[in-house]
Amino acid sequence: MERLSINGLYVDVNDEGYFKFSDVWTKDIAKEVAKNESIVLTDRHYEVLNFLREKHHEGVPLSIRKVGKSGIVNIREFYGLFPGGPLKVSSKIAGIPKPVSCV
Amino acid sequence: MENTKEMTNDVLKETKDKKSLKKVLVICARGTLEDVYAALIMANGALAEGMEAKMFFTFFGLDAITKEKADHLHTSTVGNPAFMRKLPTMVGGIPGFEALASHMMKQEMDKLDIPPVSEFLEMIEAGGGEIYACKLAADMFHLKSEDLVDEVKDIITVGQMYELAQGEGVQIIYV
Repeated sequence: MERLSINGLYVDVNDEGYFKFSDVWTKDIAKEVAKNESIVLTDRHYEVLNFLREKHHEGVPLSIRKVGKSGIVNIREFYGLFPGGPLKVSSKIAGIPKPVSCV
Repeated sequence: MENTKEMTNDVLKETKDKKSLKKVLVICARGTLEDVYAALIMANGALAEGMEAKMFFTFFGLDAITKEKADHLHTSTVGNPAFMRKLPTMVGGIPGFEALASHMMKQEMDKLDIPPVSEFLEMIEAGGGEIYACKLAADMFHLKSEDLVDEVKDIITVGQMYELAQGEGVQIIYV
């Protein structure tokens, strides 16, 4: 287990950088995690992150297809906002576990 | 405190750099439902992992990118001993059985949030993947670009296909 120090706060993450506990997440923490992924968060990013967190808390398994159908972003924009594997990267920044979907 | 952060960032960076697979070229030469889906899932999965993905459809694989056929692919119930083990394989040859089996398979896939072929191709293109058709096979089946779905970028030769696989960390997957 790793610990990420963000603005003087420690956040427990697994060895791939995903949060152990999603409830410690704040917008400021997200901003710092995004920096590691070379992403500067905008309002569009936060809209997606909030959607992901909401679905995660509802226990809905997430997929890129579902995000694309969310009405928030289409798949093309989703890839553009979070380069390098959109669902994985956005889940990491949203402080939720690594997605397990194959689609 | 800063140390912990730097160390963690280094660890994360290292994990990223260690990934040697950067691009896949998925060749699909089959037109059966399960083979086409295998190809689509692997290409789309590569994009979802942050890799590049190119797809090359040839021979019966062209059905998957042909407008009129893409969403009407069938699974093979004849000569497929893995299909419904408890029934004699002859049953697979009864008229209509293949259509029924294919329909049921599509229903099961829908439950798993697996999109229809045409939507899958859209997803792959939206994710930055590139879809190509084989020139020789297209000529053989008398298919023109207007017969193919809009996501098809080009109809190319085998030489151009290999060009797609140029670079470091590339794997070619043949279905």
